[in-house]
Amino acid sequence: MEDDAPVIYGLEFQARALTPQTAETDAIRFLVGTQSLKYDNQIHIIDFDDENNIINKNVLLHQAGEIWHISASPADRGVLATCYNRTFCYVPSLDSFGALGKSAAQLFIALATSSDSKVLTCAAVWRMPKELESGSHESPDDSSSTAQTLELLCHLDNTAHGNMACVVWEPMGDGKKIISLADNHILLWDLQESSSQAVLASSASLEGKGQLKFTSGRWSPHHNCTQVATANDTTLRGWDTRSMSQIYCIENAHGQLVRDLDFNPNKQYYLASCGDDCKVKFWDTRNVTEPVKTLEEHSHWVWNVRYNHSHDQLVLTGSSDSRVILSNMVSISSEPFGHLVDDDDISDQEDHRSEEKSKEPLQDNVIATYEEHEDSVYAVDWSSADPWLFASLSYDGRLVINRVPRALKYHILL
Amino acid sequence: MAAAAAAGPSPGSGPGDSPEGPEGEAPERRRKAHGMLKLYYGLSEGEAAGRPAGPDPLDPTDLNGAHFDPEVYLDKLRRECPLAQLMDSETDMVRQIRALDSDMQTLVYENYNKFISATDTIRKMKNDFRKMEDEMDRLATNMAVITDFSARISATLQDRHERITKLAGVHALLRKLQFLFELPSRLTKCVELGAYGQAVRYQGRAQAVLQQYQHLPSFRAIQDDCQVITARLAQQLRQRFREGGSGAPEQAECVELLLALGEPAEELCEEFLAHARGRLEKELRSLEAELGPSPPAPDVLEFTDHGGSGFVGGLCQVAAAYQELFAAQGPAGAEKLAAFARELGSRYFALVERRLAQEQGGGDNSLLVRALDRFHRRLRAPGALLAAAGLADAATEIVERVARERLGHHLQGLRAAFLGCLTDVRQALAAPRVAGKEGPGLAELLANVASSILSHIKASLAAVHLFTAKEVSFSNKPYFRGEFCSQGVREGLIVGFIHSMCQTAQSFCDSPGEKGGATPPALLLLLSRLCLDYETATISYILTLTDEQFLVQDQFPVTPVSTLCAEARETARRLLTHYVKVQGLVISQMLRKSVETRDWLSTLEPRNVRAVMKRVVEDTTAIDVQVGLLYEEGVRKAQSSDSSKRTFSVYSSSRQQGRYAPSYTPSAPMDTNLLSNIQKLFSERIDVFSPVEFNKVSVLTGIIKISLKTLLECVRLRTFGRFGLQQVQVDCHFLQLYLWRFVADEELVHLLLDEVVASAALRCPDPVPMEPSVVEVICERG
Repeated sequence: MEDDAPVIYGLEFQARALTPQTAETDAIRFLVGTQSLKYDNQIHIIDFDDENNIINKNVLLHQAGEIWHISASPADRGVLATCYNRTFCYVPSLDSFGALGKSAAQLFIALATSSDSKVLTCAAVWRMPKELESGSHESPDDSSSTAQTLELLCHLDNTAHGNMACVVWEPMGDGKKIISLADNHILLWDLQESSSQAVLASSASLEGKGQLKFTSGRWSPHHNCTQVATANDTTLRGWDTRSMSQIYCIENAHGQLVRDLDFNPNKQYYLASCGDDCKVKFWDTRNVTEPVKTLEEHSHWVWNVRYNHSHDQLVLTGSSDSRVILSNMVSISSEPFGHLVDDDDISDQEDHRSEEKSKEPLQDNVIATYEEHEDSVYAVDWSSADPWLFASLSYDGRLVINRVPRALKYHILL
Repeated sequence: MAAAAAAGPSPGSGPGDSPEGPEGEAPERRRKAHGMLKLYYGLSEGEAAGRPAGPDPLDPTDLNGAHFDPEVYLDKLRRECPLAQLMDSETDMVRQIRALDSDMQTLVYENYNKFISATDTIRKMKNDFRKMEDEMDRLATNMAVITDFSARISATLQDRHERITKLAGVHALLRKLQFLFELPSRLTKCVELGAYGQAVRYQGRAQAVLQQYQHLPSFRAIQDDCQVITARLAQQLRQRFREGGSGAPEQAECVELLLALGEPAEELCEEFLAHARGRLEKELRSLEAELGPSPPAPDVLEFTDHGGSGFVGGLCQVAAAYQELFAAQGPAGAEKLAAFARELGSRYFALVERRLAQEQGGGDNSLLVRALDRFHRRLRAPGALLAAAGLADAATEIVERVARERLGHHLQGLRAAFLGCLTDVRQALAAPRVAGKEGPGLAELLANVASSILSHIKASLAAVHLFTAKEVSFSNKPYFRGEFCSQGVREGLIVGFIHSMCQTAQSFCDSPGEKGGATPPALLLLLSRLCLDYETATISYILTLTDEQFLVQDQFPVTPVSTLCAEARETARRLLTHYVKVQGLVISQMLRKSVETRDWLSTLEPRNVRAVMKRVVEDTTAIDVQVGLLYEEGVRKAQSSDSSKRTFSVYSSSRQQGRYAPSYTPSAPMDTNLLSNIQKLFSERIDVFSPVEFNKVSVLTGIIKISLKTLLECVRLRTFGRFGLQQVQVDCHFLQLYLWRFVADEELVHLLLDEVVASAALRCPDPVPMEPSVVEVICERG
C-alpha cells in the first residue's frame, strides 16, 4: 500500500484479452486470456493482494482456441464469456497423393485450403471451477502443473453470422443477457437454464456497401440498460436493445478505425471513443456533430479507453505506442467542480471557503503516462473492487497493475 | 571810494612806495570792487567766509564799511597815533579825496550826453501821448453811435424773423403730412411695382409718427390704410417667400423685409428653415436618385461633388443667411439652426454612406480617397460655421469608418487572393497528373503563389497608403496618424492576413475528411514550405515594408515579428506533420487492405513480391521526389551513407535469419518473447506519429514509420499459414531492400520489419521460414 510502484506479471504467451472479474467486489481480480496458436491457451486468474503487493495467479486451460476477447458476467463470479479463434486447418500430407502426382496433389491442396483451412472466431460462455471463483490459496508453483479446465456452458452459435468481435454482458443485470457482435450483426442472446443454453432473442444487422464489420461494443449502464453502442470502421452507433433499432449514429467519429468505446458510468449521454487516429474523443450522444472534447496524447493507435467506474473524471487509455495514459477529464465529468461536500458537515467558515474552492474550474490534464510496457498495449481496465487500481496488458504478455497517484486520490476524495 | 578803501589797508607803505602802489594795487583794487558789488547785492557771505582776514564790516572805523562813523574814526586816530602818523594820514586822506573828486568829475562828463538825449526823448513822448488821447476819445463816441443804430435795426427786424422761422417749420410739417397722406398710394404703387424694399422703408419711416398720432382721426385713417397695405405687402412677401421659386439670397431678402415689417422672428425663423429644408431635401432627393439602381450610378467622385456643391453649398448659404438674419435670436436660434443642420447633415451622411457602401466592392482606391477628400474638405466650411452641429466631426467619423471598412475589404481581398492561389494550385496539381507527368513543378508553383501573394499585399498597402497621403485633407487627423497606421494597417491588415493565412493553412490539418484526403497532399507540402519561407524571410520583409510606409508609432502595442514567425513556423510544422500523416495513411491503407483482405492461411507458396509492396515502394519514391522538390535533403545517420545495396541485403538476410530462427523451434515459445524483449531493451522506443523536422529525410522517415507500424499491427491481427508467413517474409525483405535509402536511420526500418516478420511467425501455427537465398532471388526477380 505504501508502495506506488507498479506490479508486473508476465505471461508466457501473447495476450490481448483482459477483464476484471466484474461480479467480484471485494478482491482485486483480473482475467487474462492468451493467444497462442501452437499451445493450449490459458485464462489467467490474477489476484492482487493489495496489502502485500503480491500477485496470486491461477491458470485455467482454454483449449478451444486463442482468446481475442474476454468478459466476465456481472452477476456470477464464476461465469465468463470469450471470443476465440477456431482454426479449421486441415492440411493433408503430400504423401497420401503419391500416385496422383505432385500437380494433382497441389491442386487438391489448393481446393482443400480454399474450402477447409480457415479461421472462425466463435464465442462461448464458460464456468470456471467453483474453488477458483473466489480466488485460490494454492501456491503459484502448483497451479501450472495442475491446470484445470473451464466448463463450457454454451456456445453462441454464430455459423450464420460470421466472426465474433466481442461479447458484452448486460451491466447490472442478472447475467442472463448478452450482446455479441459478429461481423455486421448485433445479436442479443438470452441465457437460459443456468446459462447452459443460449437462445438468440433478437438481432439486427448493418446494411451498407462494402464489408461492414463491428470492431467493438459497449452496453450502456443507463436508461435501464436498454442501450448499446457499437463501433464499425469510423462510425459509432447507438442501439436500442428492445427494438434492436439504431438510436444515433456518429459518422466519422474518428479519422480512422474506431477501436473501442466506453460509457461514462455517471453521465448518461456521455461516451468516450478511441481509434487509429491516435485520438480519444468524448461525445454527448444528444449532439453528435462535434465531440465534446478530444485528447491527442498517444503517438499511435489507441486500442482501449475506460472510464473509472466511480470517478468518471479518470479515463484510462492504452495504445500501441506501448503507453498507458491516465487522464483527468474533470471539466466533462459528473463532478466538474471537484467533490461536493455536504453543507452540514462543516462549519460556516469552512463552508464559505470550500464554496470558494469549489468554484474554481478544474483543469483537464494528463495525470500520468505509464511506460512499463515494451510492446503494444491492447487492453486496459479498472479493477471492479478497488476504484484506484487498474491493469494493463501488452501483447508480449506483460500485465501491469498500477494505482492512481495518491495525491490525486486524496484530492478527489477530500 | 573804492580807491580810498584800497589805500586803507596799506598804511605801512611810505610815500616813497607810491609809484609802485598803483601797479601793485591794481588787481587788488578790482577784487575789492567786485567784493563791494557782491556785498551790496547780498552775495557776500561765501566771499566773506572765504576771507578770514577781511575787515569786520560792522567796524565803524572802517573807511569803506557801511557803518563808518567819522567821529569814532577820528577819535581813534587821535588817540592811537603819534603826530607823525597823523600827519601822514592827513596827507593821505587829502590825496584820496582829490583822487575821488577827479574820478567823479570824469563820470559826470562821461554821462552828461546821455542825460540830455534822455530828456529829449521824454519830452517827445509827452507830446505824442497827448495826440493819441484825442483820437481815442473820438473813437469812443463813434462806437457809441454804431451801437445805437444796431440796437434800433434789430428791434425793427425781430418780428419778421420770428414769422419766417414759424413758416419754415410749418412748411416742413406740411411736407411730412403730405408724405403721410401720400403714403398709402405710394405704398400701393411700390407694391404694384414690386419695389418691396422701398415700400418697407417708407413704412418704417411712417410707422413711428402714425403710432404717435393715431388718436387723430385723419392719421388714424392713414394708419389703417397703411396697415392694410402693409398687410398686403407682407402677404405678398410671404407669398413670394413661400413660393420658394427664387434662390436662397432672394428668400433671405424677403425674410429681411418681413423682419423689418415687424413680423414675428420666431415664426419667420421656423418658416425660413422649413423652406431651406425643402430646398435641401430636394438636393438630397436628387442625390438619392443618383444612388438609385435604375440610372447608371455616377462614380463616387461625381457623387460627392454633387453632394458637396448642391447640399453642402446650400447648407452653407442657409446657415450664413440665418446667422445674419436671426442673430438677434440669441443662443436659442443658434441651437435651432444647429439642430436643423444636424438633422439634414445626418441624412446627407446616410446617403453618402450608402453611396460609399456601394463603393466598398470596387477596387479603385484612389477614386474613393479623392471622393472622401472632397467630401471631407467640403464639410469644413459648414463645420466652421456650425460648430455646434458637429458636422466636421461626423464627416471625419465617416471617413474613418470608410477607411476601416476599406481595410477590412482589403483584408478580405487578400484572403480571397490567397484562397484563389490555393485553388489555382489545386487545379495545377490536378491537371498534370492527367498528362502523366509526376511532380508538377512544385517549386514553380510555390514561387508563383509566394510572388502573387506578395504582390497582392503590396498592392493593398499601396492602395491603403492613399489614405495617409499628405495632400489628402483628412490625413492629418489623429486617427490617420496613429491608429489607422498601427492598428488598422499593420495589425488589422498585414498581421490579420498573416494570421488568417496561417489559420487557413492550419484548417487543412483538421479537415474532417481526413480519411478521404480532401486536400491533395502536395498542397499541404507546398503550404508548409510557404509558411516556412514566411517564417524565415517574408514576414519580416512585409512588416518592415509596412512600418516604413506607414511610420507606425509605438504608442499602440503591436504584434512583434517573432510572434508571427513562431505562428508561421508552427503552422509549417503542423502542415508537414499532417502531410506525413496523410501520406503515411495512404500507404498504411494499402498495406492494411492487403493484409486484411487476404486469406493468409490458404495462400500458395510465394513466387514473387506482392504487387502492393511494389506499389508501396513506388509511392514512397514518388513522395520522395515530391518532397525533394521543396525541402532539403536533411541528415542521415553516418552509417547509412556508405551502405550499398549489396552489403545491406547480406546484412538483412543474415540478420533476419539470426533474428527469428530460434522462434521456429517448437520447444521455445519463451525465447521469442525473451529475444524480442531483450532487443527492445536496447532499441529506443519508436514514436510513430512524432512531429517531423523540415527536411526530406525526416518526412520520409515519418511516412515509412507509420506505414510499417500499421503493417505490424495488421499482421498481428491475422493468422498465417506457412506460405502466408513466407509471403510476409518476402514482402518484408523487398521493403527492406528499397526503403532504407529514404530514412534517416536504416536501423529503424530493420527493426520494424523484423518485428513484422517475427509477429507473423508468432501468428503462424506452422512456421517454416523460407530460405533467405530464395527470398533474395524472389525479391531480385520481382
